[in-house]
Amino acid sequence: MDKKSVHEVKDVVIRFSGDSGDGMQLTGTLFSDTSALFGNGTSTFPDYPAEIRAPQGTVAGVSGFQVHFGDSRQMNPGDYCDVLVAMNPAALKANRKWLKPSATVILDGDSVTEEHLKKAGFKTTDIVSELNLDGYNLIVPDITSMTREALKDSGLDNKGIVKCKNMFALGICFWMFDRPEEHAFQYLEAKFNKKNPAIAEANKKAIRAGYDYAANTHQFANTYTVAPAPRKKGTYRSISGNVATAWGLIAASEKAHLPLFCGSYPITPATVVLEELAKRKELNVKTVQAEDEIAGICTAIGASYAGNFAVTSTSGPGLSLKSEALGLAVMLELPLVVVDVQRGGPSTGLPTKTEQSDLMQALYGRNGECPVAIVAASSPSDCFHYAFEAGRIAMEHMVPTILLSDGFIANGSEPWKIPSMSEYPEIKPPIVDDAPEGGFMPYVRNEKLARGWAFPGKKGLEHRIGGLEKDAVKGNISHDPDNHQKMVKFRAAKVAKIADYLPKQEVYGDEEGDLLVVGWGGTRGHLQTAVDQLREEGKKISLCHFNYINPLPHGVHDIFKKFKKIVVCELNEGQFANYLRQQFQEFQYEQCNKCQGLPFTVVELKEKFESLLK
Amino acid sequence: MADYKYTPADFKSDQEVRWCPGCGNHAILNAVQRALPVIADETDTPHNLFTFVSGIGCSSRFIYYMKTFGFHSVHGRANAVATGVKVANPKLAVWVCSGDGDSLAIGGNHFIHAIRRNVDLNMILFNNEIYGLTKGQYSPTTKLGKITKTSPYGTVEKPFNPGELVIGAKGTFFARSVDMEVNLSKDCMVAAAKHHGMSVIEILQNCVIFNDKTHALYAGDKATRLEHTITLKHGEKMLFGANKDKGLVFENMKLKVVTIGEDGYTLDDILVHDAHEKDTTLHMMLAAMKYPDYPVALGVIRSVAEPNVYDQAVEKQCEEVKAKSKIHCVDDLLHSGEIWEVE
Repeated sequence: MDKKSVHEVKDVVIRFSGDSGDGMQLTGTLFSDTSALFGNGTSTFPDYPAEIRAPQGTVAGVSGFQVHFGDSRQMNPGDYCDVLVAMNPAALKANRKWLKPSATVILDGDSVTEEHLKKAGFKTTDIVSELNLDGYNLIVPDITSMTREALKDSGLDNKGIVKCKNMFALGICFWMFDRPEEHAFQYLEAKFNKKNPAIAEANKKAIRAGYDYAANTHQFANTYTVAPAPRKKGTYRSISGNVATAWGLIAASEKAHLPLFCGSYPITPATVVLEELAKRKELNVKTVQAEDEIAGICTAIGASYAGNFAVTSTSGPGLSLKSEALGLAVMLELPLVVVDVQRGGPSTGLPTKTEQSDLMQALYGRNGECPVAIVAASSPSDCFHYAFEAGRIAMEHMVPTILLSDGFIANGSEPWKIPSMSEYPEIKPPIVDDAPEGGFMPYVRNEKLARGWAFPGKKGLEHRIGGLEKDAVKGNISHDPDNHQKMVKFRAAKVAKIADYLPKQEVYGDEEGDLLVVGWGGTRGHLQTAVDQLREEGKKISLCHFNYINPLPHGVHDIFKKFKKIVVCELNEGQFANYLRQQFQEFQYEQCNKCQGLPFTVVELKEKFESLLK
Repeated sequence: MADYKYTPADFKSDQEVRWCPGCGNHAILNAVQRALPVIADETDTPHNLFTFVSGIGCSSRFIYYMKTFGFHSVHGRANAVATGVKVANPKLAVWVCSGDGDSLAIGGNHFIHAIRRNVDLNMILFNNEIYGLTKGQYSPTTKLGKITKTSPYGTVEKPFNPGELVIGAKGTFFARSVDMEVNLSKDCMVAAAKHHGMSVIEILQNCVIFNDKTHALYAGDKATRLEHTITLKHGEKMLFGANKDKGLVFENMKLKVVTIGEDGYTLDDILVHDAHEKDTTLHMMLAAMKYPDYPVALGVIRSVAEPNVYDQAVEKQCEEVKAKSKIHCVDDLLHSGEIWEVE
């Protein structure tokens, strides 16, 4: 093959986009996994509409998948793309704003028809001037017809053949970035061989045809190589946030030596957690797909009472429905993990888009004085760790714990150095096996203020619990005013005490400076990249990122006081900032907020930080 | 038969029973406490496996009066909580106490789905046709036209018949009793405990304060019950009346009440009750019989063997997957699928 010029680059962002039925999520995943296997750092961002098959050819129906890969660990999926693959004019139009200057655009030439242009809302046939694409490297290969030609003997019907056009586009990108095809081939064989080997064969052929086409034409004069990222020695895999969450929960169940029970109801973007747990029956996981969100949490509470490590997974609207039962779990003081994969709200909001706007709901969204523990994951792979932590806190402290994830980290994926379970601690819930003298008292507390967990079925431990206020020792119904006051304080103190069992809050960067960037949850990658870039420019800026939300870890005040300014960045209108104002009233908090259903961009963060540093 | 010799006292908690004097719940509590020693003995169930789950309402205070494991949950959710308890530990003998408001209104969804799944729960449905604990509002079983606090001019909505709902939701066991018929209630409970799968026992209960005598016309006293209810027994003729001279026949696709010796009907014409019949048609008709046209059916109306019991099926599937899978621990899981080494 005659490669005209090979450029070595540090990192590249590719965005695959097309109709929501065009297979862009699969195309992007295959490219990303191939790059991860090749040794690159990767970070991905699926961006898709709420409809399964939105109207074809329209801007609203465009589904995208962005892959950021490079020769170092990639902390975020990239703000803007170097290469945009657009399977139709609508995809190009929808993603025009995400192009880097002079980016390469690959548009399926067969899709540039009057009909498609009209559907996408073009006024003329002159895409270039209408979208102001002068100076961009626009390549318009006839992807559909070349796929059709390449697969004419595949035995598939026309519909089946056209479905392979995404693989043709993938082949082009494999050529451009010198990627091996093996991983994609293996995946396609595993996926289709049982059902119909002809489909696997056709898809593989389409990849090869795309690759050969790109190699043979002069349009792709420039190809690029991206060196593998230097990584710590070890075994790696690619993992998405939702799968990591499910696995972290299973890990907590293993370390507590208790079966895992998940009662849940499908909801975007959390469903994969339930799907993944449903697969893992071999690891003592039972799942109940309940009739509604309320039954999801109520079956889980029942299972927790009966001695399983119980979880329920949901998103914002589901958390609203679960509120009353979550209050019951607080009252019962039973372990429970509620996974909330946040999405744009309120109400149905933006089901497939990311946001961090459930924080206040997680903290306060229940009747009565009703504290729960809250943990937030901050990257696809650390969902594993924080799901484990949520399980540890719930079981050892006998308290319902909410794990906040979000659509961005839940659907995104990244390479992950596989931990060994020997690195993880045993989880020791206060399980009661035998009745003490004088009988079992359900609300007697240990040094963590946690009560004993006595499973039904254990002889001599028969006891009654419920949602009515109960006596601080015996657990019988009590309407005594002083007892209620005492129990309210106990429940709050128990949650506050968890802080003694958390790692101290850390600061990333220097311990003092001009600006402290504060974030929590899934924004870590973007915040750290922005902070890194400004630190390279010599700015005195550091990052204090939170994973433990309630209680906050020890050491926060000492970090905050060493900076001239504090800016709290979050994908909502200032919920964490207000929480901090309540907790640490002595500081002033600047805010950086966004509610567009999208992650931050590094560019906009840097602009904000630079203006605060002036 | 096991050697668990308990007495009703073994199931009485030390809590003072706080239902109104004259409330039908006292008799139901009595029936349960008399049924459990029999159940323990006949189903080989030790005391520590009995777990009672309830929702909210007068009926749901029940669990505090039982010296068993007990879980007083939130309004309407007893069946969902109990499903979780039973799936988490299928060895437990899980009983649900709930009322017509709790399980047919706010908890209607959980009620029908627990039945559809055929979770091995025993449910006692206290039907007093009123919201008692909130002091007298109409419920989904309140008779049409009834004047209550929230229907000062009479209700304008038709009630559910719980039996029809159970059978319509693919229920495998449905029985009905009357609060005052302690022995019949006890027998129904023992039968429910022996049934594999979801069992629902509706108990026509009197709320002496807010809906007094709601069942009186057909179940008020012994004499009325003899004339206006029919206690069904599997394999026996469907006969009722003080003299056992009335019975049910099937004519023109309908049940009909006849008197033996009148209009040419003889004992041979009377239907024999088959509680084990899978087809729901006749059970549905029996459950739906209403005063004054028909006697109200009591006893075990439907008890059908169904091999697919949810909690056991979940457990079985886990065992099957476990036997085949190469993944035995989390370390295996983390290393499954595509992985790569960095030297």
